[in-house]
Amino acid sequence: MKVRVQRGESVQEFEVPRQPSQTVLDVVTYIQRYLDPTLAYRFACRVGMCGSCAMTVNGVPRWTCRTHVDRVGDQLEIGPLRNLPVIRDLVVDMREFFDKWARAKGEFRGARTKADDFAKVEPQSAQRVLVDKGIECIGCGVCYAACDVVKWNPDYLGPAALNRAWTLVNDVRDERNPERLRAVAGDAGCHACHSHVSCTERCPKHLSPTAAIAGLKRAVAKAVLQGDL
Amino acid sequence: MSYRTQAVLWIAQRASAAVLALCVAVHLATIIYAVQGGLTSAEILERTRGSVGWFAFYSVFVLAVTLHVPIGLRSICSEWLRWRGPSRDVALLLFAALLAWAGMRAVVGVFA
Repeated sequence: MKVRVQRGESVQEFEVPRQPSQTVLDVVTYIQRYLDPTLAYRFACRVGMCGSCAMTVNGVPRWTCRTHVDRVGDQLEIGPLRNLPVIRDLVVDMREFFDKWARAKGEFRGARTKADDFAKVEPQSAQRVLVDKGIECIGCGVCYAACDVVKWNPDYLGPAALNRAWTLVNDVRDERNPERLRAVAGDAGCHACHSHVSCTERCPKHLSPTAAIAGLKRAVAKAVLQGDL
Repeated sequence: MSYRTQAVLWIAQRASAAVLALCVAVHLATIIYAVQGGLTSAEILERTRGSVGWFAFYSVFVLAVTLHVPIGLRSICSEWLRWRGPSRDVALLLFAALLAWAGMRAVVGVFA
């Protein structure tokens, strides 16, 4: 099988043997081990948990460890994720991506101490159900690479950071919510989203950041109209 | 511009979109119904002038356009033209004033 790999400004072509149940990550690993050891790429778990191995495969951002070659065709064109600075070959700098999680107040801060009893959250409560829908994000950056608004507006926090913020807005134990809503409102936050749904279309975990962002828009609007923001 | 103002702009754009959806539907339906038999401009003006209801309806229409269009252009300016900051917002305020003036001039001309 012919594989074209984007390496900086140029594209290098490789011939890789086709194997049964072969993933795109297997292809990249074969190239690095047997054809060109200078090829740089990133991976860790190989089973779709760590979110390290996302790349652009035939123009589409994907997690390569769980993308079978059968699904994308025998002609492969592999490049780094879009919307992030390339360090080398297939490795992108994820700092901006995770810095935006911090800017969206993406860390949990509870009010209880270890002296307090456990918080009791009903699994079927409306807010817990909303948290469940977005909590399985592995931070792979696929949604961020798929988002046109990130491309047009580099300050935009992006789907993953906003999805994370939405899970915390619905976390009844968290105490940062007015502050968090301020952090995610406005031109660099949820209001920049045009609901193109590319993030939801591409998310390998089948989450819907679009729905999370719509939830944030509603929450911010409600807070503004009630004078809480 | 504060995050609160940006949030208010978003609310204003969604609210004006809802108003416009209704206004455009009524506007198109009225045109299609009214011109079926063929109407001259004099006949149209004869029917519209002095109508308080239609004056109010089209004033709301113009107000919704005045709110909706500049807010949408604001995103287009920043995303496609990379034009951000106070100069863009002042230009769009002037554009909103132009829309309001041109729209209300037409409304006054047809319905007053």
